[in-house]
Amino acid sequence: MTMKLPIYLDYHATTPVDPRVVEAMLPYFTQQFGNAASRNHAFGWEAEEAVENARKQVADLIGASAKEVIFTSGATESNNLAIKGVAEMYREKGNHVITCVTEHKAVIDTCKKLEKQGMRVTYLPVQKDGRVNLDELRAAITDKTILITIMTANNEIGVLQPIAGIGAIAKEKGILFHTDAVQAVGKVPVNVNELKVDLLSLSAHKMYGPKGVGALYVRRRNPRVLLSEQISGGGHERGMRSGTLNVPGIVGLGKAAELCRLEMAADTDRLSKLRDRLNAGLHKNLDELYVNGSMEHRLPHSLNISFAYVEGESLLMGINDVAVSSGSACTSASLEPSYVLKALGAGDDLAHSSIRFGLGRWTTEEEVDYVIEKLTNVVRRLREMSPLYEMVKEGVDLSKMQWVTH
Amino acid sequence: MAYSNKVIDHYENPRNVGSLPKDSTHVGTGLVGAPECGDVMKLQVLVNPETGIIDDAKFKTFGCGSAIASSSLATEWLKGKTVDQALAIKNTDIVAELSLPPVKIHCSVLAEDAIKAAIADYKSKQEKDKGVPATATHAQPNA
Repeated sequence: MTMKLPIYLDYHATTPVDPRVVEAMLPYFTQQFGNAASRNHAFGWEAEEAVENARKQVADLIGASAKEVIFTSGATESNNLAIKGVAEMYREKGNHVITCVTEHKAVIDTCKKLEKQGMRVTYLPVQKDGRVNLDELRAAITDKTILITIMTANNEIGVLQPIAGIGAIAKEKGILFHTDAVQAVGKVPVNVNELKVDLLSLSAHKMYGPKGVGALYVRRRNPRVLLSEQISGGGHERGMRSGTLNVPGIVGLGKAAELCRLEMAADTDRLSKLRDRLNAGLHKNLDELYVNGSMEHRLPHSLNISFAYVEGESLLMGINDVAVSSGSACTSASLEPSYVLKALGAGDDLAHSSIRFGLGRWTTEEEVDYVIEKLTNVVRRLREMSPLYEMVKEGVDLSKMQWVTH
Repeated sequence: MAYSNKVIDHYENPRNVGSLPKDSTHVGTGLVGAPECGDVMKLQVLVNPETGIIDDAKFKTFGCGSAIASSSLATEWLKGKTVDQALAIKNTDIVAELSLPPVKIHCSVLAEDAIKAAIADYKSKQEKDKGVPATATHAQPNA
């Protein structure tokens, strides 16, 4: 088989829909188009049955019961519903939320909004490896803390947080625990009971399902979690999320979840080997590479590397037949370097030089080898052009330079 | 983001990449920008003592494609100009030539700064030769 260009290595951003998922969805656009809330005819019953089947498929993937799964439009909505829903519902119990500086904007900005409404939010720092320190979490808890929200895996660096440890602390203190697990679900085993998670956000399009559909796991026993709804209306989804259900999307999410559950072990094994091949190949060819975040606690398909003395956007320009992301300021809408990489304390210069690789279900060894070769050449070429690389080779300590900024 | 063909051309075939002997009295070096800002440019000119004309110009840049293209273009323009003509190069000329989008204008500003810093370094070396104390205008190691 010949390799097709461009190569997609940005599976953290989104994934293609698995053809088996598309096939499962198709009848629900045309033949079985009913409204799942139509209780008095066969069209509605069919749709409802499909939705309930998908609910079970999602629940099985995360070790939950079907009734604990609420369908949403995606993980951003799930995060909003979980955090705002808890903050409103448990307002009398407390006004303090604990999160972490490397969370996705869907969590950070939701927390900032709560702050404007008078809530108190603690943003825990992360250690050099990208993980929160459990002692610091303990120290941040007050008698007003009602929610801890920490992601399972980071979207930029792929680092897995100590979720079981956080869950145990939350349980001990009687605080609700939400995790944005959008990058982790379907990629690594996630069990809400083993991890003692009370609320969990997930999304279909990160696990080979369609865009525009996701779910929020809401624990029903020990404790029974209540949420103040953020979208009011016909009382769908146990009143927590009104709006006519996106039946084809939900069917797709369910099928995607089932495939992930059945194929996770094989995918993990294959992708972690390819990821390690990519990492080893780059390190063999190039010096001064820095892997961002823990290598040990990491998603199997994920790698984030800083190529010192080379700027990320110019790097991307040189590998324009490979789709990856960079933490460089020039590639972000905000023109700021990645706040996640800055939080690791590695220095802004390394954030500018970073590339995120996300491997996926259709990544091949041939593609990985092509990327190694291509990147090696581009990095070498750009370093020949880099005044910083030249200075370092001359023995200049860049950290002791006085830069003329503008 | 979409680059203009000229930016892509300078990125893929950069003109005058390299270094000139920075201790030479006929060479002016400008080093501007900062690693934590994501762009650093080093631009050097070699001035002919007889004619006062820039005989050679070299650059090295750490930065995005537009920063590389801006400094590459600057070296092209510098060659054959007098020092005063060089100082007349404006960042807006670079923006126009490379069709830089608004978010990339700072790259052209940095290139203009690099030209000015290189010329100032050259001039200070000339004055130093005449025994006038000079002031540093480009990045240097802390004392």
